[in-house]
Amino acid sequence: MEHKSKYPVSHVVGFFFSLILTFVAVFVALKMNVSYTIVMWIIGSLAVVQAGLQLFMFMHVTEGEDGKTNVINMAYAVFVAIVIVAGSIWVLTSGHAAH
Amino acid sequence: MGIKWNEIFVGGDPLLVGSQIAIVLTVVAIVVGLTYFKKWGWLWREWLTTVDHKKIGIMYILSGVLMFFRGGIDGLLMKAQTARPEMNFLDAQHYNEIFTTHGVIMILFMAMPFLIGLMNVVVPLQIGARDVAFPQLNALSFWLFFSGAMLFNISFVVGGSPDAGWTSYFPLAGKEFSPGIGNNYYAIALQIAGLGTLMTGINFIVTILKMRAPGMTLMKMPMFTWTTLITSIIIVAAFPIFTVALALMTFDRLYGTHFFTLSSGGSDMLWANLFWLWGHPEVYIVILPAFGIFSEVIATFSRKTLFGYTSMVVSIVGIAFLSMIVWVHHFYTMDAGPAVNSFFSITTMLIAVPTGVKIFNWLFTMRKGRIQFTTAMLWALAFVPNFVIGGVTGVMLAMAAADYQYHNTLFLVAHFHYVLIPGVVFAVFAGLYYWWPKMFGFMLNEKLGKYHFWLFVIGFNVTFMPMFFLGLKGAVRRAYTYSAESGFAPLFLVSAIGSIILAIGFAVFCYNIYWSFRYAKRNVSHDPWDARTLEWMTASPVQFYNFAVVPEVKQLDAFWHMKKRGETLTLKESDIKKIHMPSNSGLPFYMAVVFGITGFFLVFEAHIAAAVAAIGIVIGLVIRSFDYNDGYYVSVDEIKRTERTWRNVEGGTENHVG
Repeated sequence: MEHKSKYPVSHVVGFFFSLILTFVAVFVALKMNVSYTIVMWIIGSLAVVQAGLQLFMFMHVTEGEDGKTNVINMAYAVFVAIVIVAGSIWVLTSGHAAH
Repeated sequence: MGIKWNEIFVGGDPLLVGSQIAIVLTVVAIVVGLTYFKKWGWLWREWLTTVDHKKIGIMYILSGVLMFFRGGIDGLLMKAQTARPEMNFLDAQHYNEIFTTHGVIMILFMAMPFLIGLMNVVVPLQIGARDVAFPQLNALSFWLFFSGAMLFNISFVVGGSPDAGWTSYFPLAGKEFSPGIGNNYYAIALQIAGLGTLMTGINFIVTILKMRAPGMTLMKMPMFTWTTLITSIIIVAAFPIFTVALALMTFDRLYGTHFFTLSSGGSDMLWANLFWLWGHPEVYIVILPAFGIFSEVIATFSRKTLFGYTSMVVSIVGIAFLSMIVWVHHFYTMDAGPAVNSFFSITTMLIAVPTGVKIFNWLFTMRKGRIQFTTAMLWALAFVPNFVIGGVTGVMLAMAAADYQYHNTLFLVAHFHYVLIPGVVFAVFAGLYYWWPKMFGFMLNEKLGKYHFWLFVIGFNVTFMPMFFLGLKGAVRRAYTYSAESGFAPLFLVSAIGSIILAIGFAVFCYNIYWSFRYAKRNVSHDPWDARTLEWMTASPVQFYNFAVVPEVKQLDAFWHMKKRGETLTLKESDIKKIHMPSNSGLPFYMAVVFGITGFFLVFEAHIAAAVAAIGIVIGLVIRSFDYNDGYYVSVDEIKRTERTWRNVEGGTENHVG
C-alpha cells in the first residue's frame, strides 16, 4: 500500500465507509422493525467490518516492515479466539453433555 | 499464619520415610560438597546468575535428566505394583498419587525442559545469533520453570501429592472430593512453571524472526529452527488457556468459587474442555521440536540435504493448525453429540497426513544416502517404525465410535507411550548424543551409547507392547490392581520385566555421562560429525559470544556449502569488531525463590503469608524496571585471543571423529 500522491486517499475512503457503516447501524437499530436478536447480529457484524476497515485504512497494518507479520498475527489471533470460544460453546452445548 | 503444621510432613509409609531421609541426606551432601570445594561463588557467578543461552540450556537439560529419574521411579513403582495380581506393594491412594506425578513430571518437567534445553543451546547457534532476543527473560523462564518443578516435586513428602491424574478432571480434583492440599500443588506449581514456558515461547519467536544471520531467509533456516518457531507459536497460543484454567481451578479450590463444581452452576466438563484445548497443542509442542531434531540428525548422517524441505515446512505449519482443532478426541465419551464427535474424528485423522509426509521425507532423505550408524542416527532409525505403531493406533483411537471401546484402557496408555517415547525421548537422546560435543567439548561414548540404545529400545517395546493387548482385553488404566481370574497376569508381568530393562538402559545413559565426563577425549573438532548447519562452524564448547564474526548465509545447509567452498576457518582479524553482550543478573533466581515461597504458602492456603511473600515478587518487578544495565563490550583483543586457541588447535574441517 505505497501511496505516491500526497492526497490521503485511503483516509478519505476509510472515513467515508466508516460513516456509511455507522449510519446503517443506526438505521437498523432505530428504524427497522425486526427482532432484538437480529438487530444485535446485524450491528455486531457491522462493527466487526468497521473495525477491520479502520485497521487497514487508518492504522496501516499492512504497511511497514512488519506489515505481513501483523496481518498473519491478527488472522491467527482471530482463528484461536474463534476456536476457543465458539468451539467450547459448541462442544459443551451439544448432545448429552449439556443436559 | 493459618498453616496446619501437622499436615505438612507426610509420614507412616516406609517408602515415603525412606525418600524423606534420602532427600535430607542429598541436600546435606550438596551443601557440604559446595562448601568443602569452595564452589559457592563459582555456582553463583557461572550458573545461578547466567543469562547465556547455552548455560541455561544445559541447566534445562540437567533438570530434564533429574526429572526423568523421578518420573521413571514413579513408573517403576507402578510396574512393580501391577506385576502380579492383588499385590499389596502400594495401596490405592499411593498408586493414584504416583500415576498423577508420573504423568505431570514426564510431560511438563521431563519432556519440556529437555526440548527447551536443546532449543536454547542450538537455535541461536543455528541462526548465527549471539544470544536469544531477551537473555534475562530467558533466565527468568528457566528459573520459574525450575521453581514450579521443585514445588511440585516436594509434594509427595510435604503435604501429600496430587492424586486426580495428570489431567486433574473435575469434580474429582475439586475441593468436595479431594479436600486435602495435594491438588493445590497441581494448580499452583504448574502455574508457575507455565509462566516460564510462555515467556520461552515469546522469546524464541522474537529471536528467530529478528536475529537471523544476514542472508538467512525463512526458507533457508535449518529444520530444527523451523520446528522451534512453530512450537513457540503454539506455546503462545495454547499456554494462556492453561493459565486461565489453572487460575479458575485455584479459585475453586482456594476461594470457594464454582467454575468447575457440580453444584451452583459450575460445569465439570468445562475443565476437561479447557484442559485439552491446551493439552492437545501441548502434545505437538513436545513432538515438533523432536521432529526437528530427527530432521537434523537424519540429514547429517545420511550425508544428504533434507528431502522435501518445503513440504516439511508446510507439514509442520499444517500440524500446528490442526493441533488446535482436535482436542475433543480426548473425551469423545463425554457424548457431545454426533456432529461434534464426527468433526473431531475427521480433524484428528487429518493430522496423520502431514505426519505421514514427514515420515516419507525422512525415509527419502536416507534413500541412497551414505548412512553412518552413530548412536544419534540409531535413535532416529528406531524412531520411524516405533512412532508409526504409535501413529497408526492413534488413527484407530481417532474414530469416535471405536473409541468408546478403547477409552481409558491400557490400549490408550500404550498408544501415547508409543507416540511420546519414540517421538520425544528418542529424539532427546538423539539430540543429546549429537549436540553433546557442541555443549561440552567432548563426546558421549559411542559404545556405551549403543548399549543404552539397545537396552532402552528393547525395554520400551517389551514394556508397552503388552499393554496394547491388555487394553484390548479390557484392562483399564489407573487401576492399582486386578484379580487373578482376569487373566491379565502374564502380560502385566512381561510389561514389568520390560520396565526393568528400560530402567537399566537409562542407567547406562547416566553412566555414559559420568564416564565421558571423566575419561572422554577433550580435543574433539568443532565439527566432529561433518555436519551441515551453522552451530558446527564455531568452537566446541562454544565460546560465550558464539561467533567472532557473524556468518553470511547463502543457502540452506549453509555450513556444508561453506566447507565445500573452503571458507569456514578463514577469519580475517581485521573483520573482528567488539561484541556487545548482556550482563549476568541475580534477579531471575531471586524471582524463582519468591515465586516458590509464595506458591508454597498458597498451596497450604496460608493466604496472609502468601500475600506477604507476593510483595517480594512486586519488589523484583520494581527492581527490574529500574535496571539500566545495558550489558558490556567484549574487546577485540579478547576475541582474538579466544579465537586463536581453538582455530590453531584444530586447523581443518577434515578432522572428524564420527
